[in-house]
Amino acid sequence: MTLRLLLKKRSLSLFMAAVVIFSCLMLVSCPEEEVDFEVTSETAAIDYSPYAGTTINVYNWGEYISDGSEGTVDVNKAFTKLTGIEVNYTNFSGNEDMYSKLKSGGISYDVIIPSDYMIERLISEGMLLKLNFNNIPNYKYISEEYRNLYFDSDNEYSVPYNVGMVGIIYNTEMVSSAPDSWSVLCDPALSDKILMFNNPRDAFAIAQFMLDIDINTQNADDWEKAKEWLMNQKNYVKSYVMDEVFNKMESGSAAVAPYYAGDFLSMYQNNDDLAFVYPKEGTNIFVDSACIPTSAKNKAAAELYINFLLDPNVALQNAQTICYASPNTAVVENEDYQNFLKELHPEANAILYPSFEELYPGKDVNDYYYRNLPQATLDKISTLWSELKIASTENSDSYIIYILCITAVILLAGVVVFLKVRKRRRINA
Amino acid sequence: MKTKKSLLQRYAASPYMVWSVLFVIAPLLFVIYYAFTDRNGTFSFNNFSRMFSGETPKVFVISLAFAFVSTLICLIIAYPLAYSMIKTKKKTQNMLIMLFMLPMWMNFVLRTYAISFLLEDRGLINQLFTSIGLGQIKLINTSGAVIFGMIYNFLPYMLLPIYSVMSKMDKSLIEASEDLGCNRLHTLTKVILPLSIPGIVSGITMVFVPSVSTFYISQKLGPSDFTLIGDEIETEIKSAAGSYNYGSAISFVLMILIFICLIVMNKFSDEDAQGGMLV
Amino acid sequence: MKISGKIYIGIIFAMLYIPILVIIFFSFNSSNSMAVFSGFSLKWYGELFKNDKAIDALVNSLMLAVSSSLIATVLGTAAAVGIYNIKSKRAKTAVMTVTNIPMMNPDIVTGVSIMLLFAFAATLLKLEIFGFFTMLIAHITFNLPYVILCVMPKLKQMDKNLPEAAMDLGCTPLQAFFKAEFFEILPGIATGMLMAFTLSLDDFVISYFAAGESFQTLPIYIYSMTKRRVLPDMNALFSVIFIVIFALLLIRNLMTKDSSNVKKAVNR
Repeated sequence: MTLRLLLKKRSLSLFMAAVVIFSCLMLVSCPEEEVDFEVTSETAAIDYSPYAGTTINVYNWGEYISDGSEGTVDVNKAFTKLTGIEVNYTNFSGNEDMYSKLKSGGISYDVIIPSDYMIERLISEGMLLKLNFNNIPNYKYISEEYRNLYFDSDNEYSVPYNVGMVGIIYNTEMVSSAPDSWSVLCDPALSDKILMFNNPRDAFAIAQFMLDIDINTQNADDWEKAKEWLMNQKNYVKSYVMDEVFNKMESGSAAVAPYYAGDFLSMYQNNDDLAFVYPKEGTNIFVDSACIPTSAKNKAAAELYINFLLDPNVALQNAQTICYASPNTAVVENEDYQNFLKELHPEANAILYPSFEELYPGKDVNDYYYRNLPQATLDKISTLWSELKIASTENSDSYIIYILCITAVILLAGVVVFLKVRKRRRINA
Repeated sequence: MKTKKSLLQRYAASPYMVWSVLFVIAPLLFVIYYAFTDRNGTFSFNNFSRMFSGETPKVFVISLAFAFVSTLICLIIAYPLAYSMIKTKKKTQNMLIMLFMLPMWMNFVLRTYAISFLLEDRGLINQLFTSIGLGQIKLINTSGAVIFGMIYNFLPYMLLPIYSVMSKMDKSLIEASEDLGCNRLHTLTKVILPLSIPGIVSGITMVFVPSVSTFYISQKLGPSDFTLIGDEIETEIKSAAGSYNYGSAISFVLMILIFICLIVMNKFSDEDAQGGMLV
Repeated sequence: MKISGKIYIGIIFAMLYIPILVIIFFSFNSSNSMAVFSGFSLKWYGELFKNDKAIDALVNSLMLAVSSSLIATVLGTAAAVGIYNIKSKRAKTAVMTVTNIPMMNPDIVTGVSIMLLFAFAATLLKLEIFGFFTMLIAHITFNLPYVILCVMPKLKQMDKNLPEAAMDLGCTPLQAFFKAEFFEILPGIATGMLMAFTLSLDDFVISYFAAGESFQTLPIYIYSMTKRRVLPDMNALFSVIFIVIFALLLIRNLMTKDSSNVKKAVNR
């Protein structure tokens, strides 16, 4: 029971350590200073009194709202201050994650912000409520371009929150000529400097664009083909990442990575060697929209929250914090916002708000959205993905470990046999 | 009086037993249940046939191999270390043991982060290499980094049991063996080594079990094609594809494997320790 | 031998401490580079203390550690007394085997198993249960065996006649327990509780599976931080934790001047 002895020594000190750290933090942490912030008079004029004191549960992506860190406005606090409605705000890490939480019927969410294909799925499964747009007058700010989207063609269930596209982020110091194609992600010259999405849908989409396969194909063979491409690409991949991409690209430990345009702008703040390009083969477009699930308990307050998110001033705060493209015309036309973008990156406007027709002339924008896929295809993707992740590459170095292992086993066996033989000899002697 | 006492005390353990059944036994039954059913809850061996037809056996082998190698290196490092330590003054020993355990008081996520920070391509070591003209060497995202991560994280777990057994060893035994004409090597192999076996065994267990099932070290330090069994369980369970069945099946196999290892381990130690020393 | 031994100890020290010292050094960096030290600043410490999430996570961790170690101590002490008094040897072995399961099982398996139970309960009850209470249950579960194993030896060392004598003097069994036995096994209970507290504060793997989005402990927060972009306030947090632990250890070590005292404490 050495474990106990070991832990006994740790216990007291760690206990004291915890107490001291705790008191230090309590002493030092100072109250946040309030940032001056006001919504437009229209939003402020709504009568919120019937809902004051109620609570709504909001379920959003992580780091996907202006939350008061680093001197920004805390949107949820501002909402509570204006309306008296408490916001219980929680995060999910992916659409599937959100779906399984919602499906398990645990907590009842009032506002969720999933992506396009997931909204299609939720609508088809009857899990969303139709919105009452009388409570959402600020919907008028939503750009025509982002109305009547394929997953909600009659604008009944969803209100766009953020939009974006995937592109290639590269380090100009490490990539000699500016890439224009996904093929840079399997360029032997950049071997071991390439990052890749650690998320099956986004990773497969890249392979499918390269191979000119429909990204929403239901043909299992097509997915196999895409996996073959990814298997080959794996030989050059440094690691599969999601949010670690920030650190790896900013520090220059990787040269190229596919990621979302908005996040490129955040990275660029910390490393101005980085550049961004949309590949010629095509790329995924996504729209994250606010919806109300059928399990919502406070629908009217939820609609007021969505309306609040659409308020030009709130949307501006969010757009400046998240750096993703906003579907809100009041934001896009705002001069402060345009100046803000220019300060971020000289080309920020072109990166966030590219013209689809100019980038991909003659293509149908609807082919670039993900669609909901049948369960059989989803299962296929998940199997292929785990096969891909486990498969070893050509330049794998784990064989050293095997050699070490085998040598060690042989040595150990040798020692044991030697000892046994000697023991027996001694007994015989 | 006696009966009254035993009544009270017999029931003292019942809340614990209820707790154990609810939160130790029942969860394990759930693992088994999920392992042997499919998404719809019907009984099937599909998870296992998928596991053994796919790449998972390879992942098991890799995990075991890595855990084995890192345990072995830990032992090779820790044993002479403990031996050198007991040779020093008592006061120095206390200071040393404190300093060796200090990194252990920090969370293992923090420790792994510290290593990755150092090994990064643009990290300090590579800066150093570049400045003396060696050029950049690939340190992070290699198998070596994973092994180093495991050793760094788990070395104190090996050192402490060995040290505590050695420091409690009767010094007169060592002196006696020297008086009887044994040289230093003989004293080590004939006296100190056999007596420290209980420490070695618990050290090996305490390093092997966490290294075989770790999931953070490999993600943070390993190469892109690198998956340990802990990573696979974590992705299967946490990726929320809506089914826990496959992840449960892997956990189940891992659990069985570890129990087998522990039993073998204990058998080994019972034979060699001449009984009684291992608690 | 002596010199080479010292060199050897020195090398291992360097291996263990260089990563830590580098992080502490870079926590004072004025830029957020991981490689270039561009000047001394305390900026990241300021950022850290302004970080609500980190402080929330710390409060959560402490809350959880205190409540889980308290409950585990009460349950575990009672259990130890109960198990100690079980007459049948077979029953005793069975209970002790179950007690050993959470200690022998890899953390990840314990974590997964307990998560499956809660996930099942969640779908059954149609309730979002992942949060403080699931964490509490998980932590109590892995703390219990350690409390029991700390109290057990004290019970075995105790003079068996003590409670009987107390009862002969007119105490009820409950009184006898609290007036006589309890004080005998108190050191064991205290160690058990501290150990439970430590384990609970330090645990990452099991918490990772039992946690919901709404309730984060410090290790989980650190994990999610290293998964996202790592800012140097992480280094500041690292340094604060390290230095506090180091200072406390040093003080404790200096206070126990007499080495035999330390040995006694270790062997206890």
